[in-house]
Amino acid sequence: MPLMIGIPRETAAGEKRVATVPEVVEKLIKLGFKVAVESGAGEAANCSDDAYRAAGAEIIVGAPKLWAESDIVFKVSVPTKEEVGLLREGGHLIGFIWPAQNPELMQQLAAKKATVLAIDCLPRMLSRAQKMDALTSQAGVAGYRAVIEAANAFGRFFNGQITAAGKVPPAKVFIAGAGVAGLAAIGTAAGLGAIVRANDTRAEVADQVKSLGGEFVKVDYEEEGGGGGGYAKVMSEGFQQAQREMYAKQAKEVDIIITTALIPGKPAPRLITAEMVQSMKPGSVIVDMAAERGGNCELTEPGKAVVKHGVTIVGYTDLNSRLAKQSSTLYGTNLFRLTEELCKTKDGNINVNMEDDAIRGLTVIKDGEVTWPAPAPKLPPAPKPAAAKPAPAPAHGHGGGGAPASATKTAVMFGIAALLFLLVGAYAPAAFLGHFTVFVLACFVGYMVVWNVTPALHTPLMSVTNAISSIIAIGALVQIAPPLSEGLDRPDAWIRWLAVAGIALTAVNMFGGFAVTRRMLSMFRK
Amino acid sequence: MMSASLATVSYIGATILFILSLGGLSHPESSRRGNLYGMIGMTIAVLATVFGPRVTMAGMPWIIGAMLVGGSVGLYAARKVQMTQMPELVALMHSLVGLAACLVGFANYIDPVAAMNLSSAEKAIHEIEIYVGILIGAVTFSGSIIAFGKLSGKIGGKPLLLPARHWLNLLGLLIVIVFGYQFLHAESINAGMIGLTVMTVIALLFGIHMVMAIGGADMPVVVSMLNSYSGWAAAATGFMLNNDLLIVTGALVGSSGAILSYIMCRAMNRNFISVIAGGFGTGGGTAPAASGDAQPAGEVSPISAVETAELLRESKNVIIVPGYGMAVAQAQHTVYEITQALREMGVNVRFGIHPVAGRMPGHMNVLLAEAKVPYDIVMEMDELNEDFPDTDVAIVIGANDIVNPAAQDDPGSPIAGMPVLEVWKAKTSIVMKRSMASGYAGVDNPLFYKENNRMLFGDAKKMLEEVFVALKA
Repeated sequence: MPLMIGIPRETAAGEKRVATVPEVVEKLIKLGFKVAVESGAGEAANCSDDAYRAAGAEIIVGAPKLWAESDIVFKVSVPTKEEVGLLREGGHLIGFIWPAQNPELMQQLAAKKATVLAIDCLPRMLSRAQKMDALTSQAGVAGYRAVIEAANAFGRFFNGQITAAGKVPPAKVFIAGAGVAGLAAIGTAAGLGAIVRANDTRAEVADQVKSLGGEFVKVDYEEEGGGGGGYAKVMSEGFQQAQREMYAKQAKEVDIIITTALIPGKPAPRLITAEMVQSMKPGSVIVDMAAERGGNCELTEPGKAVVKHGVTIVGYTDLNSRLAKQSSTLYGTNLFRLTEELCKTKDGNINVNMEDDAIRGLTVIKDGEVTWPAPAPKLPPAPKPAAAKPAPAPAHGHGGGGAPASATKTAVMFGIAALLFLLVGAYAPAAFLGHFTVFVLACFVGYMVVWNVTPALHTPLMSVTNAISSIIAIGALVQIAPPLSEGLDRPDAWIRWLAVAGIALTAVNMFGGFAVTRRMLSMFRK
Repeated sequence: MMSASLATVSYIGATILFILSLGGLSHPESSRRGNLYGMIGMTIAVLATVFGPRVTMAGMPWIIGAMLVGGSVGLYAARKVQMTQMPELVALMHSLVGLAACLVGFANYIDPVAAMNLSSAEKAIHEIEIYVGILIGAVTFSGSIIAFGKLSGKIGGKPLLLPARHWLNLLGLLIVIVFGYQFLHAESINAGMIGLTVMTVIALLFGIHMVMAIGGADMPVVVSMLNSYSGWAAAATGFMLNNDLLIVTGALVGSSGAILSYIMCRAMNRNFISVIAGGFGTGGGTAPAASGDAQPAGEVSPISAVETAELLRESKNVIIVPGYGMAVAQAQHTVYEITQALREMGVNVRFGIHPVAGRMPGHMNVLLAEAKVPYDIVMEMDELNEDFPDTDVAIVIGANDIVNPAAQDDPGSPIAGMPVLEVWKAKTSIVMKRSMASGYAGVDNPLFYKENNRMLFGDAKKMLEEVFVALKA
C-alpha cells in the first residue's frame, strides 16, 4: 500500500516557500508514493495547482483534509500548534523542527505518537548526507539573496568600469563568516565584479574563500576556531579583541558588509558595533543575515531595512522566501533525497532505519518516543595534511630520450657497457664483431625511430613490427635447398620440413601483419 | 640468379625501407606510406633471398607452397579479425615468430652446411647463437600462446603465483646453463640434441610460467615485451646465419618493443622487473592481489541514461575516457554516434586515452578509429589532463584503474603514483560500469563515491544506445 505524502500550505507569516515543487513530485511518484498538495500551497513560489496536478499530485482544498489524508507530511517552517493538532495520530512529519529551541513542540508531537524527522538535525559531516542537507541548500540561497539585497540598497555599481564619463571604482565587500551562506555570498559578489574580502574564525576555510574569488582577511591572533560539525565556536577574549580591531579597520574601508556569523544554540555574536557603523562611508550597506538570532550588528532591526548614520542596515529574516522558487526547488530535492534513503525498496513505503547514521540523526521522535538528541556524531577528522603528491611523471617529449638519469646511474651504466664491449672485443672473432656492430647500431636506430611514433599508432606499430619480424623467413629460405649440399651427410628431409614449416609460419605474419596494419591505418581519419 | 653482392645490396635497401616504415608511423598521415615501405622492403628481401646464391631452384616448389599456405592464412586472419581482438591476434603472431625462430634454429643445427668452413672459435660462437636463438624463440612462443589465452579469455586473467616461483625460474636458468655447457662440448650433433631439447622444454615452461604470473591489467606490458622478444629472436637468428638484414630488423623490432614496454610501465608507475616478476602489487611487499575481494565502501549516486543525455546536451565541453570495458561491450560505434550528435549540437567532445587503456598499447585508438572517430579529437592523457576543470561532463566507459584518484591521494594504494586521468576534476563525471566490482588491480576506486560523480550501471553498449536515443529525442 503506497503511502500518501502531503504538502500543506505554509502558514508562518512571510513564508513563501513550499516543501516540494512539481518537478520533485514526479520523482516522488516514481518512488512509488502518492502525493497530495493543499490547494494554493505553491502559489507564492510560482508553482500553480495545475502544475502540481500535471505532475501527478492530487490537489486537496483545506488544511484539515490534507493533514488527515497524509501518511507523511513535508513541511518547511516549524509547525504551529494548530498544525500539530491536525497531524494524524502516529503520522510522519519531515521538516525544520529545531528541537533545542522548541521543547513544547516536541512534547506535543510526542503526544501524537508521531515519527518526526528534523531536517535541521541531519549529521552534516556524513558525506552521503550532503544531498539531503537543507540547511546548506537554504543558506546558499540566502547568501546569494543577501548580495542581491545589498546591491539593491547600494547606490553604485559592483564592478569597476571605465566609462566615457570617467572611471568607476569597484565596490568593496566584506563578508563576515565563510560558512555556506558566506561562501555563496562571496561567489555572488565576486561574480558581480566586486572586490571581496572575508573572514572566519576557522582558518581552514581560507582556501575555499580564495577559490571563490575572495581574499581571506586574517585576525592577528592564534586560536583554533573550529567547533563540532563544521560550525564555529565562541572565541577567547583576546581573540575577540583582535577581531574587533580588524572589523573596525574593514568597516572604514569597505562599502558593503554582509555578516553571517552564527554559533549553534547561542545568540549571534556582536561583530559590528554602533561606532563601526558610524565610521562607514555614507551610502554603505550592511546585510545582517543573523538578524533572526539577534544580529551580528548592534543596530540591526530584524525583519526590516533601516538607515542609520547614513548606512542602510538590512535585517531581513526572510531571505529564502524572497527567492521562494529556488529555495523550494532545492528544499524539495533535499527532502526527495531523504525519501530515497527512507524508501530503498522504491515501493512507496518507508523504513525509518535507526541503524543508519544519517537517519538516526534526523529522527527526533520515533513513534511518540523522543529520540533527540542523537548520540554525538563523531567529530570530523582533522584535515589531513595534503598527502604528499607523487611527483608528476616527467613530461615526455617525443623524440627525446628517456628521463634524464642521475649522474651516478649513468656512470654505472656506461661502466657496465664498457666492460661488456671490452669482453666482446677481447674474445670474439672478427666476423662476429662486424655483426655485433651492425646489431648495436640498429638498436640505436630503432630507439630513435620508435620514440617518434605517436602513441595513437602503437597498435599498428606492433602489428607492423610483427610483420617485419617475419624476416626470419630468410633463415628458413636459405635452408630449404642450399647449393653445395650434395654429397654431404645432410638430413635433407628433416631440414626441409623444418624450413617449410618455418616459411609457412612466417608467411602468416608477413602477409597477415602487413594486411591488418593496412586495414587499421586506413581507418584513421581526420 | 643474383650475385651475392646484388643480394647484399638488396638487403641494405630492405633495411632502409624497414626503418622508413617504422618512421612513417610518427603520424597517421604518413603511416600508410610507412606500411607500404614495409611491404616493399619485405618483398625485396624475400625475392633477393629466393633468387640469391643461397637458394637453388630445387627449393622453389617448397617455398611457393609454404608461402601460399601461410600467406592465405595470414590474409584471412587479417581480414576477419575484429578490432577488439587485435591484442589476441598480435599475441598469436608473436608466437609464430617465436616458433619459426625455434624451427630455424633446429634446422640450422642439424645442417652440416651451416657449420662448414668454421674455425673452432667461430663454431663455438655459432653454437651459442643457435642455443640463445632457440631459447628466446621458445620463450616467445610459449609466452605468447599463454598471453593469447589470457587475452581471449581462454585462460583466467588472475595471476598464477606458484610458491617459490622466483627460485623455480632461477633453477630453470641454472639447468639451461649446465646443458648449454654440455651442448657446446657435444661430440656429435645427436649428442648436442639432448642439451638443445632439454633447454627448449625449459624455455617453453619458463615462458608459460612467466606470463601465467602476470595479471590482466599488466597485459599491455606483456604484449609489448613479447613483441620485443620476437625481435630479439629474429636478431639471434641473424647472428646464427651471419645475416645482417635479420640482425638489423630484429634489433629494430626488439628495441621498438622494449620502448613500448617502457612506456607502458611508466604509464602504470610500475617497474619493468616487478611486472615481469608477476603478480600485481606483490612486488613491493604491499597488499597482495588477494585484497581484490575487499568490498568497496561508501555510497554512490546512480544516474539514468535519460539524465545522462540531458547533462550532455547542456554541456559545452565533454571528455570521454574509454577503457577495456568499451572494447568488451563493442560500444565504440555507439560512442561515435553520440559524439557525432553532440558535435552537431556544438558540444566540444574529446577523447582522453590513457597509455595502458585496453589490453595493448594503442588499443583504444584503433577501436575509435574503426568507429570513424576523427583522430584529431582523440588525445593522449598528457594533452588534456589539465583541461578537466573546464570540462562539464567526463564520461568514463568501462575504465577503472586509469581514473582512480587513489593513485594521487593515497600513498598506500597499490597503484599509488600511477599517472591517471583526473576525471573527478570535471564538473560532473559519469562512470559507466556493469557493477561495483573493483578493477583489474583489485583496488577500490574512491572516484565512485565523489560527490560530483554519477554511476550509470549496465552494459556499456546498451546504456550508450539509450543515451543516444534520449539525446536524439
